[in-house]
Amino acid sequence: MIVAERKPLDEIEAMLASAERVLVVGCGTCVAVCMAGGEKEVELLASELRMRAQASGQRRRIDQVTLTRQCDREYLDALAAYVEEYDVLLSTACGAGVQLLAERFDGKLILPALNTRFIGTAEGPGVWSQRCLACGQCLLHLTGGVCPVTRCPKNLLNGPCGGTNHGKCEVNPENDCAWTLIYRRLEKLGRLDLLDAIQPPKDYRPMTKPARLVHPAFQTESAPPTK
Amino acid sequence: MKDSIACLGTETEGTGSGAFEPKVVAFCCTYCAYTAADLAGAMRLEYPPNVRVVQVLCSGKVEAEWLLRAFEEGADAVYVAGCALGDCHFLEGNRQALRTVAYAKRLLAEVGLEPERLEFFHIPASAGTLFAQRAREMTDRARRLGPSPLRSKQAVESRKLVLPPDPHPPLPPAQLGRRIRESEEL
Repeated sequence: MIVAERKPLDEIEAMLASAERVLVVGCGTCVAVCMAGGEKEVELLASELRMRAQASGQRRRIDQVTLTRQCDREYLDALAAYVEEYDVLLSTACGAGVQLLAERFDGKLILPALNTRFIGTAEGPGVWSQRCLACGQCLLHLTGGVCPVTRCPKNLLNGPCGGTNHGKCEVNPENDCAWTLIYRRLEKLGRLDLLDAIQPPKDYRPMTKPARLVHPAFQTESAPPTK
Repeated sequence: MKDSIACLGTETEGTGSGAFEPKVVAFCCTYCAYTAADLAGAMRLEYPPNVRVVQVLCSGKVEAEWLLRAFEEGADAVYVAGCALGDCHFLEGNRQALRTVAYAKRLLAEVGLEPERLEFFHIPASAGTLFAQRAREMTDRARRLGPSPLRSKQAVESRKLVLPPDPHPPLPPAQLGRRIRESEEL
């Protein structure tokens, strides 16, 4: 899941500047789960913005809506009838959602209300941690299901660095050393032999931006396979 | 529930003498604080009439939106009253409420309102006197802090867009007890 956090209110206010008619557009998928931009958070943000405007006596109208998803064109069409009424759309989606909204309604100013942080999992209520860097070449089968590309700050592929300290990382002693986790897990699985193989330098070409993907079922001559 | 908050805005201001009379909203758990309020009444205890009690099934049901909404509608102070720790009828509702109130306080501070205008209290069902005491405490606090900066200001226009239903839903809506697709006919 994509994890994001809301920008500070002052920053959002500064972006809105003198806009009078504002539509806060929520997204009901990843950012709703990570409590950053779903229906509830849209209500809270709209409420905060209303209170600010009310206290300063600023003329402003703040409406709200939450779409099922902002990263799929189909869900944006329902908004088309309304966007003309607004000066700006304040999107509480991840970066992808904000961009698609801007693409779909290209005559409108679209503002991001969130900072998109990472692809991660929930550690517990309200706590998330990064788990995937979308490197395009998964090697979790070799590392006991623990990703060294994401969880090791140095992206090491052949064992820990000299900074591993009783299972903790030297970059941030609060974090576990990814390679200690990998060793312990492979030990438990009886697959320490996997560590004998030397991993060649990682091919970072699949990470070249901007990435694009065409599903094999949709590959035609006009849409050649992505490489 | 929302109506009870909304009525705040329509109420006439003060007593006409010009003195500041704070509006205080109390979200009270039906199992403890609300019962305590009942008891306070039965005990003929006096507490300020500034407190408007909103009954909720559990303090854990109180959402941060409701608290902000109360301030938007002109409340000078708001408090949530739940059971003592460990006594929640729904086991952990009051713990949840503690978190919600702490979060809403941060949001209030972000907006520029004093977070002290919002509070959480534990008021057991048997504590009628405590209910009256908390009501006085919160009203005094609102008096000390003065009128909320949102009070008597023009409310900001706002609405929730209602999008039309999807004209091409992926599947017809399920109807209990009826076949929903022809393919299901045997």
